[in-house]
Amino acid sequence: MDFLQQILNGLVLGSIYALIALGYTMVYGIMGLINFAHGEVTMIGAMVTITVLGVLANAGVDLPGAVMVLLALMVAIPVCMLLGFTIERVAYRPLRNAPRLAPLITAIGLSIVLQNLAILIWGRNYIPFPPLLPHDSVNIFGASITVLQVVIIFLAIAIMVGLLLMVEKTKLGRAMRATSQNPAVAGLMGVNVNTVISMTFVIGAGLGAIAGVMVAANYDQAHSHMGFLIGLKAFTAAVLGGIGNLGGAVVGGILLGVIESLGAGYIGDLTGGFLGSHYQDIFAFMVLILVLVFRPSGLLGERVAERA
Amino acid sequence: MTQVNKVKQLAVFGLAAIGLACLPFIVGGTLGNSWVRTLDFALLYIMLALGLNIVVGFAGLLDLGFIAFYAVGAYTYALLNSPHFGIFLPWWTILPVGAFLAACAGIMLGTPVLKLRGDYLAIVTLGFGEIIRIFMNNLNAPINITNGPQGVNMIAPVEIAGVSLGKSIELFGTKINSVYLYYYLFLILCVLTVIVCSRLQHSRIGRAWVALREDDIAASAMGINIRNIKLLAFALGAVFGGIAGGLFASFQGFVSPESFGLLESIMVLAMVVLGGMGHIPGVILGAILLTITPELLRDVIGPVQMAVFGKMLIDPENARMLLFGLALILVMLLRPEGLWPNKRRAAEFHDALDEDLPAVDSQARQEGIKG
Repeated sequence: MDFLQQILNGLVLGSIYALIALGYTMVYGIMGLINFAHGEVTMIGAMVTITVLGVLANAGVDLPGAVMVLLALMVAIPVCMLLGFTIERVAYRPLRNAPRLAPLITAIGLSIVLQNLAILIWGRNYIPFPPLLPHDSVNIFGASITVLQVVIIFLAIAIMVGLLLMVEKTKLGRAMRATSQNPAVAGLMGVNVNTVISMTFVIGAGLGAIAGVMVAANYDQAHSHMGFLIGLKAFTAAVLGGIGNLGGAVVGGILLGVIESLGAGYIGDLTGGFLGSHYQDIFAFMVLILVLVFRPSGLLGERVAERA
Repeated sequence: MTQVNKVKQLAVFGLAAIGLACLPFIVGGTLGNSWVRTLDFALLYIMLALGLNIVVGFAGLLDLGFIAFYAVGAYTYALLNSPHFGIFLPWWTILPVGAFLAACAGIMLGTPVLKLRGDYLAIVTLGFGEIIRIFMNNLNAPINITNGPQGVNMIAPVEIAGVSLGKSIELFGTKINSVYLYYYLFLILCVLTVIVCSRLQHSRIGRAWVALREDDIAASAMGINIRNIKLLAFALGAVFGGIAGGLFASFQGFVSPESFGLLESIMVLAMVVLGGMGHIPGVILGAILLTITPELLRDVIGPVQMAVFGKMLIDPENARMLLFGLALILVMLLRPEGLWPNKRRAAEFHDALDEDLPAVDSQARQEGIKG
C-alpha cells in the first residue's frame, strides 16, 4: 500500500503548508503584499518552543509530553504574534502608499535580519526536538502513520475551520473582509483599518508559530534556515489555491503536500529511473506553473477581469 | 546643445574615463587585490542588474528568477571551455552561445506566463529559477552533464590575443594581477551594456515597454503587440544575464549550483529596486552599493569588535548579514522610490500619493469599478 502511504505523508505535509499558507494569503488578501518574512516567523516559533521545552526540562518540570509542548506553545505563539505585529509596524505600515516593490524589499531585509538573529541566538546547527510526543504508529489499510501525525492533521483542520468561522461570522472577520475589498470605504464605515491589518498579521503569525512547531515535531529537529524553504513552499501553496482566498490556501497547501510526496515517490518509476526523488521540488513547481497557465489566478482564485 | 555644454560634457566624460581606468590601481594600491576583485564583481553585478532592469524596471514584469539566466550563461561557458567534456572553445564564441541560450530560456519562461500578472508572475519566475537550479544540481546522473553539486571546475580563463587573463602578466616591468585584467574586460563590456540599455530605453521598444508598464490595455490599444514586447523584454534581459554568467564562470574558474540560489535573484532585484527602478544610473548605484557594502562590513566588523569589546562577540559573517538586512529596510523606509529614481517614476509615485489611493491598489480599484 505504497500509494496510500504517500498520500498520508502528503496530507501531513500539506496540512502544515496550509497553515502557513493561510498567513500569507490573509496578509495578501488585505494588503496586496507578499509577507516574505512569514517563513522566518514560522522558524522562530519552532525555535522558541524548543528553547522553552529545554528550560522546562532543566527546571525539573515533569508533566506528560503533550502538556509540556502545549505550555511551550503558549509562550511561542505570543512571541510570534508580537513579532508579526512588529514586522507590520516597522516594515510595512510606513510603506503602505509606496510603490509596490518597496515593501517587498523591506520584507526581504526583515527576512535576512530575522534569520541572522536566529543564528545569533540558536547557532547554525540543527537543534533536536525533545522526544516528548508519542511516535507510535497506527496502521491504516497497511499504511502507517504516527499518532503525532494524526494529531497534526486534525489540529490543522480544527484551526482552519476556526479561522474560516472567525472570518465569516465575527465582527473582526467582517472588518477584515471589508478592508480587503476597499480599505478607504471600510474606514468610512467605522472600521479601524490599522487595527484590522495589525490583527491580520498577529493571527497569521500565530498560525505560523503552530505550524513551525508541527514541522519541528514531525521531523524531530529545527534549524535557523528552515524558514526560507518552508515559507517558499507555503507561498507556492497559497498561489496555487488562489492567493487572497482562505479556502484556496487550504486546498493549495494540501494539494501541494500530496503532489510533492507522490512526486517524490513515483517520479523515478514515471521517468524510467531517469529522474530521482531529489526532483520533488521540480514537481511542485511544474504543477504550479501548469495550474497558473490554465488558471492564471489559482485554483479557487476569483478570475480578475481584464480592466475594461 | 551649446558649444560650451558640449565641451563640458566631453570633459566630464574624459575625467570619468580616466578615473575608471585608474580606479583598480588606486584601490589595489591602498586596500589590496581582494578589493579589486570586489570591483570586478561590482561590474558583473551592474551588468546583471541592468539586464533585470529591462524586465522589472522598463517593462514592469516582476521577475524573481533572474539568476537562472546567469546560471545558463555560466554553465554554457563552463561546459564549453573546461576539461569536464574536454571541449575548449574560444571565449568569444561561447559568450554569444551563452547569451543565445539564455535568451531561449527567457522566451521559454516568458511564453507560458504571458497572461500572468504581478505576484503570480513573481512566483512562477521564482519557480522557474528554482527548477533550473535543481536541474544543475542533479544532472550528474544518469548522464553526467553538470557534475551535480560539486560543480564544474578548472574552467579556462578568457584569452585575448594569446594572453590569458587568468594569470598575471608583465607589462613595462611591472606585474599586473589577473584581477586587474578582468577589471578592464568587464569595464568595457559594462560600458557597452550601459550604452545598449540607454539606447534601448529611448528607442521605440523602450517606449513600448514603458507603455506596457503603465497600462497594458492602453498600450495594446495604441497598437503595441503586447505578446512580442513582453517576450522581447524577457529575452533581452536574459541576454545580459547570460553574458554576465559566462564572464562570471571564466573569472571564477569554477561554477556550482550554489551560486545560483533564490537569494542571488533577490539580491539582484534588491539592486534594481534600491537603486531606482528603470533608471540606469540608479541601478548602477544600487549594484555598486549592494556589492561593496557586504564586503566593507566583512572588513570592518571584526576589527571594530576587537577594538570595542576586546573579543569577538558576534560572528562577523552573522553580524554582516544582520547589518545588511537592517540597511535594506532602512533605505527602503527612507526612500521608497529608490535611492536615485528617475523623474518620471518619482512623479508617478507622488501622483499616486496625491490622489491618496489606498495601497491595495489594483484589487481595490477593480472592486470599486465593479461596484
